[in-house]
Amino acid sequence: MAQEDKENVIDQPEVIRHKMVTIEIAGKKYEVPEGITIIKALWYSGQEVVRGAGCLGGFCGACAAYYRTKDDPKVRTCLACQMAVQDGMSITMMPPFPARKATYDIQTLDNPKQDLFNLYPEAPLCRNCNACTEACPQQIDVREGVWKAVFGDFKSVSEMFMDCVMCGMCTPVCIADIAPNLVALYVSRAEGAHFTEKPLGLDTRIKEIQDGRFNDEWAKILTMTEKELADHCAKVK
Amino acid sequence: MDVHALQQIVHRTRDARRKQTIPKLPPAERDQLIHKYHPDYRASAYRPIRFGPNADDKTVVELATLLEGDSPIADGFDLTPDYQTDVLVVGGGGAGCAAALHAHGAGAKVILATKLRLGDSNSVMAQGGMQISVAPEDSPVTHFVDTLKGGHMQNDHQLLKVMVEEGPSIAKWLLSLGVLFDRDGDGNLHVKKGGGSSKPRLLTCSDYTGLEIMRVLKDEVLNQKIQLLEFCSAVELTSDEEGNCTGAIFKDLDNHRHVVVAAKSVILATGGIGRLHIQGFPTSNHYGATGDGLCLAYRMGAKLMHIDTFQYHPSGAVYPEQLIGALVTEGIRSEGGHLVNAKGERFVNELDTRDVVSSSIIRECEEGRGIRTMSGRIGVWLDTPLLDAEQGPGTVEKHFPAMMMQFERFGIDISKDPVLIYPTLHYQNGGVKINTDSETNVKNLFVAGEASGGLHGRNRLMGNSLLDLMVYGKRSGLTAASRAGAMKQGKLTLMHLQRFRTDAKMHGNLSGVTSPMILPAYTRKE
Repeated sequence: MAQEDKENVIDQPEVIRHKMVTIEIAGKKYEVPEGITIIKALWYSGQEVVRGAGCLGGFCGACAAYYRTKDDPKVRTCLACQMAVQDGMSITMMPPFPARKATYDIQTLDNPKQDLFNLYPEAPLCRNCNACTEACPQQIDVREGVWKAVFGDFKSVSEMFMDCVMCGMCTPVCIADIAPNLVALYVSRAEGAHFTEKPLGLDTRIKEIQDGRFNDEWAKILTMTEKELADHCAKVK
Repeated sequence: MDVHALQQIVHRTRDARRKQTIPKLPPAERDQLIHKYHPDYRASAYRPIRFGPNADDKTVVELATLLEGDSPIADGFDLTPDYQTDVLVVGGGGAGCAAALHAHGAGAKVILATKLRLGDSNSVMAQGGMQISVAPEDSPVTHFVDTLKGGHMQNDHQLLKVMVEEGPSIAKWLLSLGVLFDRDGDGNLHVKKGGGSSKPRLLTCSDYTGLEIMRVLKDEVLNQKIQLLEFCSAVELTSDEEGNCTGAIFKDLDNHRHVVVAAKSVILATGGIGRLHIQGFPTSNHYGATGDGLCLAYRMGAKLMHIDTFQYHPSGAVYPEQLIGALVTEGIRSEGGHLVNAKGERFVNELDTRDVVSSSIIRECEEGRGIRTMSGRIGVWLDTPLLDAEQGPGTVEKHFPAMMMQFERFGIDISKDPVLIYPTLHYQNGGVKINTDSETNVKNLFVAGEASGGLHGRNRLMGNSLLDLMVYGKRSGLTAASRAGAMKQGKLTLMHLQRFRTDAKMHGNLSGVTSPMILPAYTRKE
């Protein structure tokens, strides 16, 4: 194992001292090690987690949570697998919010920019309060995105929402009952399916495969002995 | 010492390292390195499976124990179905969604059951991209050869040929659903070069490739109104008198009741096993990655293959503690990021295959050239600021926004400071043996995605998993659907389980656990 090398050791105070902090989970107090994530704090406090945990890597949006830090009235949002606990923090997980998702056939949309108003008629009712943007743990300018969607700038919306993990925390705060993440998802898909250039090279490749352009190469490769194939592969750099 | 002091060696040596080229290892040296340092070769971590279709084959102790585990379902269990369907898809990740959509599209009645929410999976976390040979200088044959080389020549040729040839049509399907792949100036698909590949072939959606694909597929499953059973974990399969698969039994995790689904075909798309933490490794896998499908298929009599080989992604975060095991995307290395030991030296060609890079990192650390955190973890530096130095300020932020944000939350700016990494348990190379229709040796039991084995050989190439999911998700869905019309629903029995239990008893019921595991036991009990 590793030879002792005191020169190259990172000092992590929270780990050395294992300092305990008091946090409040859904109204009940627990002592947990400082610096662990909220999800880990749930486990540490003995709670089974079924809902509210998913990828544990900040990508799936399953662990939407609200929190408040000591003596601060401001309630903030986070992904519980990505947020470290600190002393005096008060936390609760956000249950799935019953937002309405419109259903559509993305490929046969007639006029995707106009269809937005049929699918999500509440989208143009944004009252500019900015609560959605403040709620977004991915730092997306959600309010701006909703406006851009309504004004038909689908390309910008799709770029802005590439970070969206669909946690849905923008939805319960909307005073106009918009589900901005769902609006943005529709807009991004429409942008991809209807307003983005078809890559010609891809069609060429599909046709080449259909026309058997690689058949001779396949025949050669697939009839090689193990040794011949290994030698052939070794030559590829 | 504090982390910033130790990072100085990376900043100090950057310019000298930029002039350096390190060749990829020749086959003989690479084999030697892997045999000495790769966790797959740690004999003490392995044992033979005692009975069942893979009796006497070796696998890691953690998996062998689960495979020999007993079912939670008792012999006299009431098998009256709660639901009846043509195609039952178990698993809501990439392979499951693709299977469900294609089976549904082909006219079959589909139920998709998943342990957590629809979409919770490793697929959603895939950052690096999806290998598809679309570039003019590339070809499916080259993709095949690269993959074979990466897989130590052990890949199933037929499975692999199908995958590389169907890749481009999969890209077209995803584009038609609205997936926004990165483009070149001319509107063509932008391709990046991945580790172990001879040509640029990675299609990407920023560093959110899996998230973007899964957002779209999930949305599509909902749009198609495919019936969902969420928070339902498969705990047993059912079979008829001939041993064909006829359905599955689930445990509803909300109310702990059992749910029986009669199905003409079952597609297991349950993913991998990172959360078993084999050999004590941290993992990049999602919460539910406990290898449930392997246990279910094994009890049913399905043969597994290559289950003695796992992929340790070279770059899992080691610091800060909160990010332990989290992936630091290979994209950083494919864009030129250096791996640097405690002495400020590079020690491997960063674009060599994952097993070579992982082994060499383990070597550096075991030979005392690693950096240790006070919690006892050890790692080497990944020089992320080098990307900004080479390609201009803002490069890291522009190309790797997800990673930037992940580290920023803990006060680390990866465009300015290198990150500490060590291999993390990432992928199960093997799994249930399938044919090119994705069917196992048990009739009407299909397996798609990470739970299946053979395609990737003994080591998976970066970006091949997302394609695997889509191709074999599709093929399993289409084959299962095409059979449904002509087929009668088979009887639901537990005869396979009786056989399995008899076998277990003969071998002394050694395992003593109930499987599948369902969720890892992280809850602190006192």
